[in-house]
Amino acid sequence: MQAIVASLAGTVFKVLVKPGDRVKAGEAVVIMESMKMEIPVETEADGIVQEVSVREGDFVNEGDPLVIVE
Amino acid sequence: MTEEELKALRARVQQGGPAKYRERLASQRKWPVRERLARLLDPDSWVEDGLLAENLEPELAADGVVTGLGRIEGRPVAVMANDPTVKAGSWGVRTVEKILRIQEKAYDLQCPMFYLVDSAGARITDQVAMFPGRRGAGRIFYNQVKLSGRVPQICLLFGPSAAGGAYIPAFADVVIMVEHNASMYLGSPRMAEMVIGERVTLEEMGGARMHCTVSGVGDLLASDEGEAIRWGRQYLSYFPSYYGDRPPRAASALPRVGDWTGVIPANQNVPFDMMQVIERLIDDGSWFPIKPLFAPELITGLARLDGNPVGIVANQPKVKGGVLFVDSADKGARFVTLCDAFNLPLIFLADVPGFMIGSQVERQGIIRHGAKMIAAVSEATVPKISVIVRKAYGAGLYAMAGPAFGADATLALPTAQIAVMGPEAAVNAVHYHRIQELQGQERQDFIRQQREIYQDDIDIRRLAAELVVDEVIEPAALRSECIRRLALYQGKTRAFSDRRHPVAPV
Repeated sequence: MQAIVASLAGTVFKVLVKPGDRVKAGEAVVIMESMKMEIPVETEADGIVQEVSVREGDFVNEGDPLVIVE
Repeated sequence: MTEEELKALRARVQQGGPAKYRERLASQRKWPVRERLARLLDPDSWVEDGLLAENLEPELAADGVVTGLGRIEGRPVAVMANDPTVKAGSWGVRTVEKILRIQEKAYDLQCPMFYLVDSAGARITDQVAMFPGRRGAGRIFYNQVKLSGRVPQICLLFGPSAAGGAYIPAFADVVIMVEHNASMYLGSPRMAEMVIGERVTLEEMGGARMHCTVSGVGDLLASDEGEAIRWGRQYLSYFPSYYGDRPPRAASALPRVGDWTGVIPANQNVPFDMMQVIERLIDDGSWFPIKPLFAPELITGLARLDGNPVGIVANQPKVKGGVLFVDSADKGARFVTLCDAFNLPLIFLADVPGFMIGSQVERQGIIRHGAKMIAAVSEATVPKISVIVRKAYGAGLYAMAGPAFGADATLALPTAQIAVMGPEAAVNAVHYHRIQELQGQERQDFIRQQREIYQDDIDIRRLAAELVVDEVIEPAALRSECIRRLALYQGKTRAFSDRRHPVAPV
């Protein structure tokens, strides 16, 4: 199990996956908005999405989990 | 001593430590110390000092360190190389003295100094003689500080670099670490468990990957010793032998790609890969990244432009939007200082929304870390070209050698935008109360209208009219513009300020 975490503080702009989705390493799972930039957050490993821990509009700090991939 | 006895003695010492340790090297993916030297240096260039140190003690061949002079691409270099088969490369009295002498030789000869490190640290049994005194181990680091900026200091880390020994890499200009074998730590995992109660593996606490990605103490992560040695030789090809010389020229090569179509998105908020700009700017095959795995929101690396070495500092919008953080500011400051010390011109490629804001980074001291980068950029007196690729907002403009920071030229691409902050944030800041008073459609219209006014205000045509930038060029002209300018800037005077030294922000 691997938690994909926010790479910087900001708000969740778009959630691109839902539980059960298959994802590939390098694929964006969430787009964050911070410093007026759209910042994709990518998964580092292949897997299946177990849980989405955030909703669009949420504020997250650097290191907070966004999506859990198995 | 007869000639035969001398031959036999030399042969024994050159073998290194006991057979059982020598035989273990292959399974550790390590080369014997003399094999490392043979691969680092030009053939038949080696002269050695102190081979017979401690030769009366059969277990202490050369006292665990090989020191001497050789050549790389014909240029003299000084080398010290630990022998891990002799007491695990630990430092005794003569080890320290040999290292001091070769450092002093590098100082006198004004030649680069290589440290091939694979050492368990001080020999505690010898500590009074080798640790605290005037010619004790501390003097190695004192010498490194004296050599710093005078000659290139390159550290190839093949094994552990423990406790005090961990400062050799810390004071080198560049540290190349072999994955799985190289490590740096002040206290071993065993000591950490004993003294502070932490249970941790060596790889987690001081492994090569950790240092090259998290701590930033390592610069480059090599897959094996051969790669580390190749990179060491290649790194040196960008540098003069000492600070008073020009970086060596190489054959010119055209960029790998020349087509700029679709490379830079016009929408400032959409990320792209800055490496695409770099590969269209530099000679093909000349890219040598520094700290590519650490704070990757800022790219730093050596390259050649028409055969001449340059340092490149570029925001990477693909990672964290290209925003500058505590670590990226440190990385930038360090790289700029390196290039300035050895006369490598700097090219800045800016696309930066600014320094990160928020409570997390304020607690980390983003202000003093940012100040460090801005100070380094200010003090760099090598030719500096600042290229505004897209946005350059706030102190991000300062850190990327904006017009006020001694850039010889600020060049803008048509997509450039320079401002205190982006239109969204600015309109909100200036018209906050008015926006709060308005409702619905009226509010939306007002915001859009104000953003358009602001956008016109920071348009590059306006900034060129006000002489904020020196020239606006299309991307395809960037390479030839930089080549011509750097050739003309070569004679630049280097004085900055009359004083002892600055009180640097740290």
